[in-house]
Amino acid sequence: MSKFKKKKGGGLPAINTASLPDIVFMLLFFFMVATVMRDNSLMIDNSLPSASEVEKLEKKNLVMYIYIGKPSRNYKKKYGTEARIQLNDKFAEVSDVAAFIAAERASKREEEIPFLITSLKVDKKANMGIVGDVKQELRKVNALKINYASIKGDVSRN
Amino acid sequence: MAKRAAPEVNAGSMADIAFLLLIFFLVTTTMEKDSGINRKLPPIEDSQEDVIIKQKNIFTVLLNGKDQLLVEDELMELKDLRAAAVKFLDNGGGTDVNGNRCDYCHGLKDPSSSDHPDKAIISLKNERKTSYGTYISVQNELVAAYNELRNKRAQSQYGESFITMQKNYKDVNWKGNKEKLKEKINQIKTDYPQKLSEVQ
Repeated sequence: MSKFKKKKGGGLPAINTASLPDIVFMLLFFFMVATVMRDNSLMIDNSLPSASEVEKLEKKNLVMYIYIGKPSRNYKKKYGTEARIQLNDKFAEVSDVAAFIAAERASKREEEIPFLITSLKVDKKANMGIVGDVKQELRKVNALKINYASIKGDVSRN
Repeated sequence: MAKRAAPEVNAGSMADIAFLLLIFFLVTTTMEKDSGINRKLPPIEDSQEDVIIKQKNIFTVLLNGKDQLLVEDELMELKDLRAAAVKFLDNGGGTDVNGNRCDYCHGLKDPSSSDHPDKAIISLKNERKTSYGTYISVQNELVAAYNELRNKRAQSQYGESFITMQKNYKDVNWKGNKEKLKEKINQIKTDYPQKLSEVQ
C-alpha cells in the first residue's frame, strides 16, 4: 500500500523567484533611461512659485541654474536666515554671478553659447531685491535669456 | 572519463544586486522637467539717448513692498489685472509707426489709451521688498494677457490657438509643414509683440 503514499506532507510549494531579477532589471533600465543625474544638492529652501503660463525648458544641457532662497535648516546657524544665492553646491555673492556665467560658457561648445538659458530658481518667499541684483548682473555679462522657474499651477497658491 | 555537467551558477543573489543598483539610481537621479516663464532681459545700452514714448502707450504696473498692486495709478486686485492689460493692449486707438490702423483689434478705440499693439508697452516695476511669489503672479497675469490676445488672433486667422501652434512646433511627431507653422507663429508674434519691460 505504500505505493499510494503521499509524496510529502502539506506545506506550500516554494514560489519560483527566478524571474525576479528580470523584473528588477527592467525597472532599473527604465529609471536609467528616463531620469537624469541630480547635479546640485540644495542648501537652501526652494519652493518654486506656481504660474499657469509656463513653458518647458527643452534642452537640459543648455540651462544654467541659479538658486536663491533662505538657507535650509542645517545651514541657518552659519549663514543666517536672509535669502542667499547658491551656485553649483556653494553659497555665493551677487558679484560671483558673472564669474559663474563665464565658467558655464567656457564649459560649453562655442556654437551652443547663444542658446544658453539662465534658469532662476527662486524661492517664492524671497524678496525681489536680490533677484533684481542678479538680473542686473546677468545683463552686465549679456546673459539675457532667462527663465523664472515655476510650477504649473494656479497663481492663487503663491 | 565521463563528462561532468558544469555546476549551475547560483543566481539567487542577482535580484539583490539589481535592487541595489535600482535604489542607487532612484536616489541619485531626478525626473522633473524644468518649466517656467521665459523672459528676455533688455541689453545694457551705452547710448544715453532717451526714446520718447507717449504716456498713453505705457501701462505702468507697480508692485510695492507690501505686495500691493498699483496699475495706472490706481489700486487693483490681481484678478483684475489680466482684463485690464488685455483692454490696454487691444485698444488700437491710433496708428502704428507706419501709420496703419490696427484692423484686428477688438478694443474700445479709446484715443486716450494705447495707439497700437505694436506701440503698447507694459512697464512692470517692483520694490526690493516685493515678494518673489507675487512678482511671478503678476508676470504670469501679464503673459496670460498676451497669450489671450495671441490665441484669439490665431483662432480667427488660422483656426487654431497660438498655444497649440507652439506646441505643434516643438512636437517632433507632429506631421505638417513646420516652416509654414513657424511663419504663422512669427506673424502672430508681430501682430501682438510682447513688450514687457522690467525696470528696477
